[in-house]
Amino acid sequence: MKRAMITFAEIETRIDEIAELASPGSDPAGQTPLAQELLALGETVLENWIVARGETPTRETKEGFRLLALHRQGAKGDPSFNACRETARELVYHYNLVTLEPQHPDAAKRVRLAAMVAKHLALFVGGKLEVAGLGDFCCAAKPVRENESAGAQTQLARIHN
Amino acid sequence: MVDITDRARKLREVAYYPGCALEGSGNGYDVSTRAIAYELGLKLQDVKDWNCCGAMEVKNIDPKIQTYLSSRVLSQAVNATKNNVVMAPCNGCYHNLKKAEYDLAHDAASREVVSTLSSKAGHKTYEAGQAETIHALDWIKDTIGEEGLRKRTKGRLAGMKIANYYGCMYVRPRHIFPEKDKGPGSESTSKPHFMDDLLAASGAENVEFPLKTACCGGAHTLSDSDTSTKLVLNILQAAEASGAEVIATECPTCHSGLEMHQIRAEKRFGKKTTVKILYFTQLLGLALGIKPRKLGIQQNISNSLEFIHEKGLT
Repeated sequence: MKRAMITFAEIETRIDEIAELASPGSDPAGQTPLAQELLALGETVLENWIVARGETPTRETKEGFRLLALHRQGAKGDPSFNACRETARELVYHYNLVTLEPQHPDAAKRVRLAAMVAKHLALFVGGKLEVAGLGDFCCAAKPVRENESAGAQTQLARIHN
Repeated sequence: MVDITDRARKLREVAYYPGCALEGSGNGYDVSTRAIAYELGLKLQDVKDWNCCGAMEVKNIDPKIQTYLSSRVLSQAVNATKNNVVMAPCNGCYHNLKKAEYDLAHDAASREVVSTLSSKAGHKTYEAGQAETIHALDWIKDTIGEEGLRKRTKGRLAGMKIANYYGCMYVRPRHIFPEKDKGPGSESTSKPHFMDDLLAASGAENVEFPLKTACCGGAHTLSDSDTSTKLVLNILQAAEASGAEVIATECPTCHSGLEMHQIRAEKRFGKKTTVKILYFTQLLGLALGIKPRKLGIQQNISNSLEFIHEKGLT
């Protein structure tokens, strides 16, 4: 079944609500569904990115998680998207912490941190949809003007001579 | 394989490349790096007549010119300063020197450009493998190490809860850091830990911080300030949610970004955070008993002096 697209503003609002629900002292047993929802919201963020690129989001998984497969798909041909690779992996890590130890006394804190990781993913990808260069300028080491390589060559030729 | 003792001895005197940020907005990082070097008996030889590494601006317009600029710094270290280990505390400089090293080793076109421009500029052409670039974290880790710090700092940072923020350029892209991800003892690009290790050895309690290498939107500070502010605010809030009192930094761009957007987040979005932001060299300096003023802490934008006083570190 095809799901309706959720906006980034809606995703961020829901993530904030989940963080509130996982307030200190809340029942550890109630945290697993929140962690599952955060993971699903992370997938939605990446789906939005992939759809915006004109592609169909994969249904496959990587290391057991669709989120990681979606990240890999989203980063194909765009190295700057790797700036959120660890963020996606941290979300999976926190999901595992909560779901593998559902009775752990820190379960609510783990959900709150997972919410912040999910929010970072949403902020980065949402920001990147508005400003494509986000992540290009620094760690991806990708020339912003790579499509102007002919111009750069001319410039180099001038320097060489 | 180089014996650890030989390596420690070799790194006791390194070519120091502060770069432009440490002479400007990140001066507290420079002051504290020099202060701890003096305290620890390590020698810094400033790279003679160093130049810009190409930073982000040159790299994004013409990456080969950036490769040349960084290669000249390496050439100056090897040929003018006579030291083949270059220590760069700034993540941007460190990243660019590493990238130049990688390009020169793998790309003939880069070698050609560097050779041509070096000849025109009248200095020896740097060739891949002539120097080793290390970060300030490698430098302390490999010379003094956790055990050495433990003895010298006597746990002075005990009771201080720290979130270690490494930023992006220390670990990405992974292929320019071939020495990382080599198993036990090496640095990790996915979960870096060298700063955690050094501060823990000084008595600090490192919190579980999930955004160690997350994007801070640093390069978009001026062109798209709201995106940067939101990303930084989330990092600050995550640090506080992790239980941290301090965010330790090892990059002047990250550090300035965290400080400035902490103020902007309050003004623009009404979101106040109180977590302190200090360079790891400032924290190590405090742990070594150096006075805050000698570590340039008063030069930071955010005021941590009262907090440091409360911790009994003045």
